[in-house]
Amino acid sequence: MNQSRRDVLRMTSVLGLGLAGSLFGSINVFAAEWMPKSFEAKSLQDAFKELGVDQYAVSSDVSIVSAEIAENGAVVPVSISSVIPKTEYMAILVEKNPSPLSVAFNIPEGTEAAVTTRVKMGETSNVYAVVKAEGKWFVASKEIKVTLGGCGG
Amino acid sequence: MADPMRIRAVLSGDKVEVKILIRHDMETGLRKDTEGKLIPPHFIKTLTAKYEDRLVLDTVMGIAVSKDPFLSFKFKGGEKGGKLSVTWVDNIGDTRTDAAIIS
Repeated sequence: MNQSRRDVLRMTSVLGLGLAGSLFGSINVFAAEWMPKSFEAKSLQDAFKELGVDQYAVSSDVSIVSAEIAENGAVVPVSISSVIPKTEYMAILVEKNPSPLSVAFNIPEGTEAAVTTRVKMGETSNVYAVVKAEGKWFVASKEIKVTLGGCGG
Repeated sequence: MADPMRIRAVLSGDKVEVKILIRHDMETGLRKDTEGKLIPPHFIKTLTAKYEDRLVLDTVMGIAVSKDPFLSFKFKGGEKGGKLSVTWVDNIGDTRTDAAIIS
């Protein structure tokens, strides 16, 4: 997709969120601007860089819960959680996917830092839970085996 | 307009447990159709959930979220009868909002 089409799409999505914001009071439009670089990064390292992860600690306070083996790579349930106080951001990265960053969550105060979702995995890979709390980054990882890959149909 | 989301919000103890199932193709843009042409990407980019006026979850998704996205999370301070609303916006500017009452 060329750059101008990308810009049009981004503008449209920001406008869409802006409209939703006017109906519901304050919505965090900031999230919509977040898309491009980190989600397009093609390697784990680049994704970390685009997310602004300058350094991180591997932490047992961050957990990933999933099956050891995913029968269907198109639908892999993954739960990530953090018991680190003031966790404000959590993301799931699948190392071997074409673009590792799969999904990210801003956790407002009052919301538990624990989310479950379902991701696509192209092949057996390490899955990373990346957590930000008070400006510091924490990471946990787990290998999930995939018998039938789910990215390219 | 897209199909409705299914939202369940249940108060359990001091937390509201929310489960959301969204109808969306989450097309990666990497798949080809039967003629060998790439199917264009069509996926949810952002999703926000609010309890009344309060933001309780803010999600940014990419192409690697499974088709018909599922989300589950919990928050404190919600009450029975309160409104939980969810809005998503996708990469082509389509959007959808649905709500549920906390039970």
